Amino acid sequence: MEIWDGLTKAIELLISLDPEVMEVVGRSLRISGTACLLASLICLPLGSLIHFHHFRGKRALINIIQTLFSVPTVLVGLFVLVLFSRAGPLGEVGILFTPPAMVIGQMILITPLLLGLTISALSGVSKEIVDTATSLGASGFQAVWLVLREARYAVLAAVIMGFSRAISEVGCALMVGGNIKGATRVITTVISLETGKGNLELAIALGIILLFLALIINIVLNRLQQR
Amino acid sequence: MSLIEVTGLNHRYGKQAILENVNLSVDRGKVFALIGPTGAGKTTLLRIIDLLEVPSAGEIYFDGKCIPRSGKQRLEIRRRMSFIHQKPQVFNLSVYDNVACGLRWRGEEKNKIDGKVDHILEMVGLEGYKHRNARTLSGGEAQRVALARSLVLEPEVLLLDEPTANLDPVSTAKIEQLISYVARQRNTTMIMATHDMSQGQQLADRIGVLLDGRLVQTGNATDIFRSPQNEEVAHFVGMENIMEGVIIANSEGIATVNIGGNAIQAVSNYPMRKEVYACIRPEDITLALSSTQSSARNSFQAKVTRVTSLGPLSRVEINCGFRLVVLVTKISAEELNLQVGKEVYATFKATGVHIMERKAIQ
Repeated sequence: MEIWDGLTKAIELLISLDPEVMEVVGRSLRISGTACLLASLICLPLGSLIHFHHFRGKRALINIIQTLFSVPTVLVGLFVLVLFSRAGPLGEVGILFTPPAMVIGQMILITPLLLGLTISALSGVSKEIVDTATSLGASGFQAVWLVLREARYAVLAAVIMGFSRAISEVGCALMVGGNIKGATRVITTVISLETGKGNLELAIALGIILLFLALIINIVLNRLQQR
Repeated sequence: MSLIEVTGLNHRYGKQAILENVNLSVDRGKVFALIGPTGAGKTTLLRIIDLLEVPSAGEIYFDGKCIPRSGKQRLEIRRRMSFIHQKPQVFNLSVYDNVACGLRWRGEEKNKIDGKVDHILEMVGLEGYKHRNARTLSGGEAQRVALARSLVLEPEVLLLDEPTANLDPVSTAKIEQLISYVARQRNTTMIMATHDMSQGQQLADRIGVLLDGRLVQTGNATDIFRSPQNEEVAHFVGMENIMEGVIIANSEGIATVNIGGNAIQAVSNYPMRKEVYACIRPEDITLALSSTQSSARNSFQAKVTRVTSLGPLSRVEINCGFRLVVLVTKISAEELNLQVGKEVYATFKATGVHIMERKAIQ
């Protein structure tokens, strides 16, 4: 049986810490980790800004952000591809088919999710906490920081959700990375390519790792949400 | 000179007026109690004084300076005050961090913060709780954390919104003790909102009665409780006996008031034919089984119509031609064997009757 055969070989690859598998996993973690970190650096302050300010169209903006939670990954891939293609507006940067382009793609992909979840995390902190901090002499910035700390578990959960969406997507990584061996291959793109080639053992091995990562992420998330 | 002064304050949410033309001033080191029923606007007034909200109209002066409606100066002034909100909102941090945050925000040095926090936690009796998460504390403990968090800042002005609402009697007593200790020892100026009149009476130098967004009367406890300015205030401060009457004679400050055919005597300067209310506090009336020799000018034979137990006190309703409510201790109620239908003599002094002008209610 092909699947059994593939599974046993996959386990061999995992146990022997096959260099190709490790390289691909390492790159996946680096790219998605960087994308998640950079997106967090943008989304936490931006989310706070949106949450703490009243302006016209706020409700509509939040609706748009929430709609973009489920933006198709290939659409983001298309957008980044057009943006950085040789003839595109940012073509001169010359990062298409390199990890930085994949980082940018994943950042764009998870920004709405991180932004929306940050805003809802902050909304979970009662208005009275802000008032209390303000009466105790907090400046605007200090009060925002305190609220972020109050919502720390929910905010962290948002970041983890962003990371898991980044590491599990395939469309964008494939389109802007190009799946170049030794350069831009990540877990999901390898699974897709190797399955197509009928090379199941590598695909299954990486699939197991991805599932395992998902499990870890889920355990951490559950712990956080119980606090 | 007054440390805090509020002039011509008006505030509205949308079309609804919350505060109307409020003027008040509080001198440095004094405790001012705002009393009034729920929804009168006490919290809003405190929030405006703490510069959390900008009033629709009116000015606030702090230490003689008029506070601008926006800008950095508001934060500087706010840092000289501290506001303890009605529902204590402790932060989801350790007790230590809760108490230290105000000092950190003011840029206080780390080792100074340690000392101050330890000292204040000891003062409120929470020294063993330093590393506990404040969210795990009981209501009374959380309120003490909130108090410690404010007191550690050594504010010039402490604003308290119903500091003991929702607390059990023991916790209430502890908080009240702390408040009066701080007022005396640190000479902290305080503005305290409460609907508990005895608390206002016990802790405050001056009392303001806030009814429906208007500061109806300001004065010391005796003024407010003995000489309310109008029927509304009288009702609110527990004048249970408010009777309509007309002055039929007045000689040398002792007026005779006709209340439904009964003449009672009261200290008042209102002239004859003036339409008035006569108010008597229920605890100022004494009951006896025989008409005793007494200097009190008013003594009436009466029949008990109702007796209600209020713990250590009994509330007795009697009819002596007009209806009166009397508060007596439970023991004397038993000694007098007060029951419905019992004949008693009700006695009260002319000085115990407060006369106020009857105005057409607008």
